[in-house]
This record gives sequence, C-alpha cells and structure tokens, in this order.
Amino acid sequence: MPNQKHKAVSLISGGLDSLLATKVVMEQGIHVEGINFFTGFCVEGHTHAIRKRDQDKPKRNNALWVAEQLGIKLHIIDVIDEYKDVLINPKHGYGANLNPCLDCKTFMVSKALQWLEEHEFDFIITGEVIGQRPMSQRKDTMPVVARDSGAGDRLLRPLCAQNLPATLPEREGWVKREGLYGFSGRSRKPQMALAAEFGFEEYAQPAGGCCFLTDKNYSDKLVDMWQHHSSRDYELDDIMLLKVGRHIRPRDNFKMIIGREEGENKFMEGYRKEFISLFCSSHSGPLVLIDGDVSDEDLLLAASIAARFGQGRTAESVVMEINYPDGQSKPVAVAPIAPANIDEAWYV
Amino acid sequence: MSTYQLDARRLLCPMPVIKVQNRASELNTGDILEVVCTDPGAVNDVPAWCRINGHEVISAGQEGDEVKIILQIGETDE
Ligand code: SF4
Repeated sequence: MPNQKHKAVSLISGGLDSLLATKVVMEQGIHVEGINFFTGFCVEGHTHAIRKRDQDKPKRNNALWVAEQLGIKLHIIDVIDEYKDVLINPKHGYGANLNPCLDCKTFMVSKALQWLEEHEFDFIITGEVIGQRPMSQRKDTMPVVARDSGAGDRLLRPLCAQNLPATLPEREGWVKREGLYGFSGRSRKPQMALAAEFGFEEYAQPAGGCCFLTDKNYSDKLVDMWQHHSSRDYELDDIMLLKVGRHIRPRDNFKMIIGREEGENKFMEGYRKEFISLFCSSHSGPLVLIDGDVSDEDLLLAASIAARFGQGRTAESVVMEINYPDGQSKPVAVAPIAPANIDEAWYV
Repeated sequence: MSTYQLDARRLLCPMPVIKVQNRASELNTGDILEVVCTDPGAVNDVPAWCRINGHEVISAGQEGDEVKIILQIGETDE
C-alpha cells in the first residue's frame, strides 16, 4: 500500500531527469518536496537577466517551473560559501573543465541529508542515471556519492534503481521496486518516452550540465582569475563578473572587462564604485571595468584598447573618461589601438 | 498582521527568491511582504515561488527599472 506518512526530499535541478524521478516516487503516494542548491555557478536566469538580447526568451527559473509542474514545494538553498571548498579542493578532481561533478553531487546529497534530518523526512531522491555523465554518474562512482555524502541507502535514484542494490525505502516497502526504472547509458529516449507517458510536453534540456563550470570559456576565465588573485577564494561578485563581457588582460597586473551590449553595460554600472571604469565621451562605446592595480600608463593603454571597441574605433583620437571608485573622473584623449597591436593572447 | 519590506535590488535570480523565502519563513500567516527587485526575471520567479509554497501574490509588476511584488504569507508549516 502506498504510504502517505513517508516523506522524500528530491534534488531538483530544473532538468528532465529530476522531474521524472520525482514524479515516479510521487506516483507511489510518497509526499515529496524539492530542494535546489544555488552555488553561484548555476546557469539559471543570470545571463538572461543580464544580456538584453536574450531578454525575449522566457526568464523562468527552471527548478521553480519543475516544482510547479509537479505541484510540490521547492526550497532553494544558498550554498555559495560552502561550495567554495568543493570547487577549490575537490577530492576527486575536475571533469573536462573546472566542474568538480563527483564532489559537487556528494556535497549536494550531503546538504539534502542535513535538510532531511532537520525536517524529519525519510529519504532522498535524485534523477541520476547510470552511465549518463562521464564523472558523477558511472556505476563505480554512484556508490561513492551515497557513501561520502553519508546518505547511504537513504539515497534513491528512481530512474535507475533496478540496476542498483535495493535501498531503504525499497526494502521497507515504502516504494515498490517494480514501480521504479532500470535506465542506463547516455540515450535520452527512455526519459523522453516516460515524459510523454506522464504528459510532460515541455522541459528544459541542459546540454553539458547544470552549471557554468562545465563551460570551457568560463573555466578559462576562472583559471585566469585564480592565477592573478592572491588566493583562490572568491566572492559572488567575482564569479558573476566572469559571466559578463569580453575579458582582456593586456598586462599581468590588470584585466579589462568590456561590455558587449547594453544589458551588460547596465549590469556593469553597478560595479563602478568598486572598480575603475572607462567610457568614451566623444563617441558611443561600451563600459569597461578595470580589475587590478594600475598605473597611469596602464590606464592609457586600457583607454586605447577600450576605444577600439567603440564607435570611434577609426577616429584619430577619442576622449575616454576615467572614473575612479571615489567618484572622481578624468578625461584623456587617446588614439584607438591598432588592431594589429592587440595580442590574441590578451583575450582571456 | 503586519507589513514588511524587502530590498532585493541588484541581486540576480535566484537570489531574490532565496531572500523572499528566508524572510517569509520568519513571518506569520496574513503578514504582507513588499519586495523590490531589479532583476526582471523576479517578476516571474517570485510569484512562481509563492504559488508553489502557498503564499498569495497580491500584485507583481514592473515600475520603471524595478520590479515590485506584494505578497501575503499563507499557512505556515512551522
Ligand atoms: S555540472 Fe556543475 S552543478 Fe552539475 S554536478 Fe557538475 S559541477 Fe555540480
């Protein structure tokens, strides 16, 4: 008999797998609530919110949307600070880019376990499928997540449970094993068929993963930041700024962040009290933030590079305003740098 | 029943939702929370969060560069 008394917390990423895994367990009469962790690197929303050209796309948070489809509560937890250690010191290393997937999954399940204990829930659900992801979802790494997170047999993966040893909710009869699935491998077909069976027609399909750390360009910028900051520690603003603009490092001691369009310029405006910023007053052009300790000579170089990205790029001379965080500003006339003098290696 | 304000300006989603969620957990059924944000996504996300968690959205809309959402706390579990 389905048992209403038992409660599960489900890790909701906003993708199809966690949607289905949750639904499968709800179908067995279990009370489920969702949990979603915000690490600061989640692809969710941010870029849409910043970039004007993306603003006609629906700006919905997929995890909230999934919870609404399922009719369950969703608890969104800020884990930005705790996540630093996962990213900086991953026990199991990184994937293809700076994605510490195995440690990340373990961390998230351990946080879900903590929530479960505080709220007297009985077990944890994830949408993991054996063989789906090269690092965290292999037959040999799935027990690692269960063990290292401390969740042990209270971790149920409904989409591939039939390929794994029976967990506590199955052994206790809270859920029927035959009502779970035995998916494996990279094919998405079984999930799509199950989605159709449940009548889910629309869902997010994250390509590489659920966060920016799987993105090569983003990871390159993060490595550059770590190489040039005194420690690998970071604040939310640091990692947010890696998502915006063109990043150019003409000298070891400073980097320029050049807005690529209106939405980014507007977002970057909010940082003018923390960084020296440049903008062209004689022509239109992007807002530029300077990250690092700079000399007057560095600022002239930065101004000539910034001039190359504005409407005055072919003018003999443009006026750039140098704005300091304390509110002072200084105009300088510079010639836009010749394209041949922009070293490709400066692009981060 | 009291009215409270929450400033979630300059935060990008999901931070405004997290702030609303954490603040709402401290309030009582019937209390009003007025939230102001600058992330345009908040106009969808905060009401979605309210719907799934049983709070009532009294109004949600864009006012210039800001998004203003007024909600009323529903039945609380705790
Ligand atoms: S893709 Fe990102 S969020 Fe997803 S498991 Fe890997 S590191 Fe964690």
